[in-house]
Amino acid sequence: MVKFTLNGVAREVDAPPDMPLLWVIRDVLQLTGTKFGCGMALCGACTVHLNGQATRSCVLPVSAVEGQQVRTIEGLASGEQLHPCQRAWKELSVPQCGYCQSGQLMQASSMLAQTPAPTDEDIDTQMSGNLCRCGTYPRIRAAIHRAADIAKEENIDLKAAIAAEPTK
Amino acid sequence: MSLSRRGFLQAGLAVGGGLAVGVFPDVAVAAPNLASFMPSAFLRITADDLIHFVVARVEMGQGTTTMHAQLLAEELEVDPATMVIELAPNDRRFDNPAMNMQLTGGSTSTAVSWNPYREAGALARELLISAASKTWGVPRSECIARGGAIVHAPTKRELRYGALAELAASMSAPRVEPKKKDFKVIGQPVPRVDAHLKVTGQAQFGIDVQVPGAKVAVLVRSPVPGGTVDSFDDTEAKKLGGVAHVVKVSRGVAVVGDTYFHARRAAAALQVKWNDGPLANFDSASFAKTQLEAVRGEGGKRVKNVGDAPAQVKRASTVIEAEYAAPFLAHAPMEPQNATAWVRDDAVEVWAPTQGPMMAAEQIARHFGVPQTSVTVHQTFLGGGFGRRIAQDYILEAVEVSKAIRGPVKLVWSREDDMRHSPYRPAAMHRVRGALDASGNPLAWHHRVATQSILSSVLPDFVGGALPGGLHWLHGVVTSLGASAIGTRDPTSFEGIDSLPYELPHLAVDFVPVEPGVPVMFWRSVGHSHTAFATESFIDELAHAAKKDPFEFRRGLLMKQHRHRWVLELAAEKIGWTTPPPEGVGRGIAVHKSFESYTAAAVEVRVQDDAIKVERVVIAVDCGRVVNPDLVKAQLESAVIFGLSATLKQRITFAQGRVQQSNFHDYPPLRLNETPRIETFIRENEAEPTGVGEPGVPVIAPAVANAVFALTGKRHRSLPLGVS
Repeated sequence: MVKFTLNGVAREVDAPPDMPLLWVIRDVLQLTGTKFGCGMALCGACTVHLNGQATRSCVLPVSAVEGQQVRTIEGLASGEQLHPCQRAWKELSVPQCGYCQSGQLMQASSMLAQTPAPTDEDIDTQMSGNLCRCGTYPRIRAAIHRAADIAKEENIDLKAAIAAEPTK
Repeated sequence: MSLSRRGFLQAGLAVGGGLAVGVFPDVAVAAPNLASFMPSAFLRITADDLIHFVVARVEMGQGTTTMHAQLLAEELEVDPATMVIELAPNDRRFDNPAMNMQLTGGSTSTAVSWNPYREAGALARELLISAASKTWGVPRSECIARGGAIVHAPTKRELRYGALAELAASMSAPRVEPKKKDFKVIGQPVPRVDAHLKVTGQAQFGIDVQVPGAKVAVLVRSPVPGGTVDSFDDTEAKKLGGVAHVVKVSRGVAVVGDTYFHARRAAAALQVKWNDGPLANFDSASFAKTQLEAVRGEGGKRVKNVGDAPAQVKRASTVIEAEYAAPFLAHAPMEPQNATAWVRDDAVEVWAPTQGPMMAAEQIARHFGVPQTSVTVHQTFLGGGFGRRIAQDYILEAVEVSKAIRGPVKLVWSREDDMRHSPYRPAAMHRVRGALDASGNPLAWHHRVATQSILSSVLPDFVGGALPGGLHWLHGVVTSLGASAIGTRDPTSFEGIDSLPYELPHLAVDFVPVEPGVPVMFWRSVGHSHTAFATESFIDELAHAAKKDPFEFRRGLLMKQHRHRWVLELAAEKIGWTTPPPEGVGRGIAVHKSFESYTAAAVEVRVQDDAIKVERVVIAVDCGRVVNPDLVKAQLESAVIFGLSATLKQRITFAQGRVQQSNFHDYPPLRLNETPRIETFIRENEAEPTGVGEPGVPVIAPAVANAVFALTGKRHRSLPLGVS
């Protein structure tokens, strides 16, 4: 049994300790917003937050998240209130096929919590591990800047936006 | 291309109540579900005031959901964002009229839906007006549609569409042509209607389908594509937990487990002996030599002949020769191939991301000997397509496993499976000889291309997909007749060369089919993906040989080809062609027509230690009338990045029949930090709308190669550029 918190809810999962977190989330807990792309941490489609840090769940054994806080795309919005990244992504029509976008959003929101006003260089450094075969990169870059602006205009604390909630 | 000219528009009562409108192909097909009265064709307005629209062309990122919503919303007088997306199942009513089968491809979606979806919207609106007029007892002329309601202006009364839908279904209305101008929704950069689902993780892709009780299957595959199982030992695999079945299937050994992890873990412990099959000795490097011999030889078929190019080339004083090579390429969509299947006694049910739901149904019926009417294919969002999901191989695999284990199963490919066992863009070799006259104008162009025919490879599936349900017995006949006819004249092997736009008196195009037996498939922009590299590099070589500016040289030869010239001029203007590039920067340009759209790219590159860095891409398109300029721009951005990945980085190679690439580290798509500044421009006109999914791709490779030459004097003629 592995115990961890997923999107603010305490979970207890009966899974082999070496089972990657990705498959626990997708195939055991049936939350399918987190995607399988490569299985080798090469593409970022499986990115989730582990204690607020963007992490590749396809190579992370579930045993490593014992007692930790995990957030997936399903938990990025706060109720009906979308995260500024999600709002910017919609506003700029970033997604095409959309398959990689859960990972892109988890990576971007984690970056913004640390770097609320990123430069293009920051975005290059932080976002280049996330592949997009449709080529939405120019819009991802623009949307990250836009999300930073939204947070600034509306006084949204980007760190608090993805901080651990009290476990339910 | 008007579907309604070939079909008929009908309205009626929707299943569950409300108004349904659809356009049915006017063909007497004995196909599944046609007998039942349009459960959900195109448009359904229900009593709860929701407008459901059925997207006939699949959504793989190109924006079909938004485009179709706009076409309907324009006539229905509603906000496209308020409409509910439904994805079409396998059903002949959703055939692509450009192909007579239910297929999304060839950049046809906007062109084929332009009329029928607007007509469906107009008919629904007029029926709702009739219903309101009857309800209020007022003339139709006093009722107008506005914001999802019919409004009676004189009395300021208003009825929502939902309240009128059921009555509207029994009304008649005058036929009203869709608008020809004064568009309100068409032409606007409407935000994507699928974006919310895709930023919240709610969009359901094939791999996300959860059928209660379904197991997960993976396939252990032959190291050589097409190889077969000789024997296997599952003793160790079965000792591992969570394994339900290990079964031999046509393409390998299926390991079925509780989760993907369990199945994959057991698969790694499986011992299999393989028969390598016909590709066992295939080597792509020697195949390139075979292709080179083929283009240097005399064989093949002349598929285009104007004047006498070979004779002119022989006797001209200035002759330029060049050979261009393009490798096999994988599509590598982000969502690995997958399908969920459930074979029951009397029905086969499938959930899958496919570009051809009816092709899937037909192939299932043919391969498993079940009536096609018993097969249902549920469509999902596609995590990328690019042509890959016109092949239905992964769906047949899932059905075979479900049949074997007598239960529902989700079959999931690994990335390595996808890279090594997919059909590829065929490798191609070009040899071009050109002659200039005394004043430096092109006199003759003799172009020989050696490649593998895609159409002869996919013919059985296409014939099946297009045949009416009751005529399956024709399949074998048509296929065997067609294979010999198509193999030597496959237009996808030389498209773009035979339609060379430049004014010149002598043009000969020879196609030499070379068939190594590698599975091949349409790959975003198909033949144009390599032919434009050859033609647009070669015209550049001719320009330099003539000591002329590459842009002016092209422009001078395009005086009768206005749409080519317009986009060429637009790209040149926007990159500032007439002003010198910054220090250390080279500029290149290319123009090409594909899928009835015209595209030009102008790029700026730097080269350091032989590494090519593309810094800026300007791309211009003329795709006729634009339904959504933002979607067009997004597709151009997408095509630039897809094109640059293939131009600079990607290739699939074989050694002893084994694909040498396996995942994104050795088949790398462009990453964000490698993406140049991209500027997109639309050359608007009012011609019928044409496609944008593919036409941005072909111009990228030649524009970059031409820029590298302009900067360094080194001409790259092999893709990916500078990779040996």
